[in-house]
Amino acid sequence: MAGITIDGIRKSFGNTTALEAVDLEVADHEFVALLGPSGCGKTTLLRIIAGLETQTAGRVLIGGRDITGLPPRARGLAMVFQNYAVFPHLRVRDNIAFGLKMTGADTARIERQVKRTAGLLQLEKLLDRYPAQLSGGQRQRVAVARALAVEPAVLLMDEPLSNLDALLRLDMRAELKEVLREAGTTTIYVTHDQTEAMALADRIAVLHSGRIEQIGTPSDIYHTPATRFVGSFVGSPPMNFLANGTRILGIRPEDLDIVPNGDGMAFHVSVVEPLGAQTLLTGTANNQMIRVALAGEHHIPPGADLHIRPRPDRIRWMDAATGRALPAGTEPTP
Amino acid sequence: MRGRNLPYLLIAPAVIFLAVLFFIPLVQTIALAFETRSGPGLGNFVRMADDLNFHDAVVNTFRFVGLAVPLQLAAALGMAMMLRHLGKGRDLVLWIWTIPLGLSDLAAGLIWLAILNDKGYLASLLFHLGIVSEPQSWLTYESPFALFVAVVIAEFWRATAIVIVILVAGLQLVPKEYAEAASVFGASPWRIFTRITLPLMKPSIQSALILRTVLAFEAFAVVIAIGGRNFPVLVSEAYNWQNFNQEPSVAAAYAVVVMGLSLAATALWLRLLRTPAEQRG
Repeated sequence: MAGITIDGIRKSFGNTTALEAVDLEVADHEFVALLGPSGCGKTTLLRIIAGLETQTAGRVLIGGRDITGLPPRARGLAMVFQNYAVFPHLRVRDNIAFGLKMTGADTARIERQVKRTAGLLQLEKLLDRYPAQLSGGQRQRVAVARALAVEPAVLLMDEPLSNLDALLRLDMRAELKEVLREAGTTTIYVTHDQTEAMALADRIAVLHSGRIEQIGTPSDIYHTPATRFVGSFVGSPPMNFLANGTRILGIRPEDLDIVPNGDGMAFHVSVVEPLGAQTLLTGTANNQMIRVALAGEHHIPPGADLHIRPRPDRIRWMDAATGRALPAGTEPTP
Repeated sequence: MRGRNLPYLLIAPAVIFLAVLFFIPLVQTIALAFETRSGPGLGNFVRMADDLNFHDAVVNTFRFVGLAVPLQLAAALGMAMMLRHLGKGRDLVLWIWTIPLGLSDLAAGLIWLAILNDKGYLASLLFHLGIVSEPQSWLTYESPFALFVAVVIAEFWRATAIVIVILVAGLQLVPKEYAEAASVFGASPWRIFTRITLPLMKPSIQSALILRTVLAFEAFAVVIAIGGRNFPVLVSEAYNWQNFNQEPSVAAAYAVVVMGLSLAATALWLRLLRTPAEQRG
């Protein structure tokens, strides 16, 4: 049983506030992604959970135990660092065994765990190499293997895929998901990449300026963003926002349909981007910029004048002043 | 003129400088050491070894190197680690610690002589405090151990700063993430130091040890200032043979011995503290 409770964690550096009273509840075995742009406080929060940074106020509990004042080594967790932090002077084998050796595990268990995690991450043939003799992707696997070898109740990951090239990142992402599902570890995963968060997490906490904007399943976050920030940060291309008096209409590019002329809104196409799986149109409607994503290939010339209509069930109304979504039932009709 | 030859032209002054002022005197010294009236031979080395002071000079030199260098390394490691945990004032502390670097060896020796001699600051202080009833003289041939300790203290004070500078620079090349990872994976601060930080600092420890060992074998001014002729070391004996005995060839034999020891120490540290390419971070 290793749920994580983050209770009113605040952090300020001098006069700047990095985190303001963050609350987060992570269930046992759950995978939660902390998603946000750089400087939003997500890495600071992760480091506070790990004990590498001291919070200004608040508590961290793991499995009901208050670990707030404990040094990192007494917190019973494992971590994968952004630059991997794989020890360069130790062989892969000794890197993986490091945590177990430090906690005084017996030789048999160390051997068994090194073998098991090395197998899990396809490192069997590399055990006697030094990290400098490995590729970036292999080093990343060593960092994950080192973390899983201690069979941690809680695993913290700080942008573990951000130093890999795009193709490798895609492979590692799928691999990581499988490995972590088997391990069943409670995981907090920091990323600025919304695709990564959507692909991996059970739930996503979107952070912005030291505050959690929304916590929810990937589908919640994507389809019903709580704020304008969430709608624009999650999804590529981002959500469209159309000003409408004191309200803002939010609609995803793929939730706009082309309709016959005379219906819906007039839409002037300025750029057409055929992306294979979709065709992306950028243009204006009501003098506001709009992106429309159509499934499949469409032969629409730039400069075309079309009509579009948002799918009513996909519209997200927001307050223009606060940027917050309006509660259900108070939405106007488009 | 320009292009391919330019790099050679640019390093030429340094090469000429080294050749004229180091390489030629070196060859001459070696030739001188092996030159006797009856032709080339080991005569000068035999005279050196037969001298009354030779045994003391060898023992003193090795004791001095064997105590001063490890002490300096240990203290500098501790100080470099402390510095790492300082936020504000770090530069000021480093600056103060490195003040002795700006002093010449002789000045450092004289400072400690002024503190430790029979009319010095320490003796006066102890006298005023009533701990001793009359001025004490420690720095004489009658108390070789006190002389030895005084020389080590003076050298420790004077030359630890350069070790700190080298180690601080080396420590800055070790990302803090390694220590953080080790702490997350259960290592205590002492184990982080011994298992992670220390091995990763090996290249800078190696540089510091080579530099300090070679210079400690060559210690002269500090030793002369405090011990005079009562605390013979290899280099001070070379000086005595050159200036008092007017025997440059025996002095050259000493110089060759010191050079041999420096080379041996360098080779030893290069080998013992080698970091293979695959283990570099």
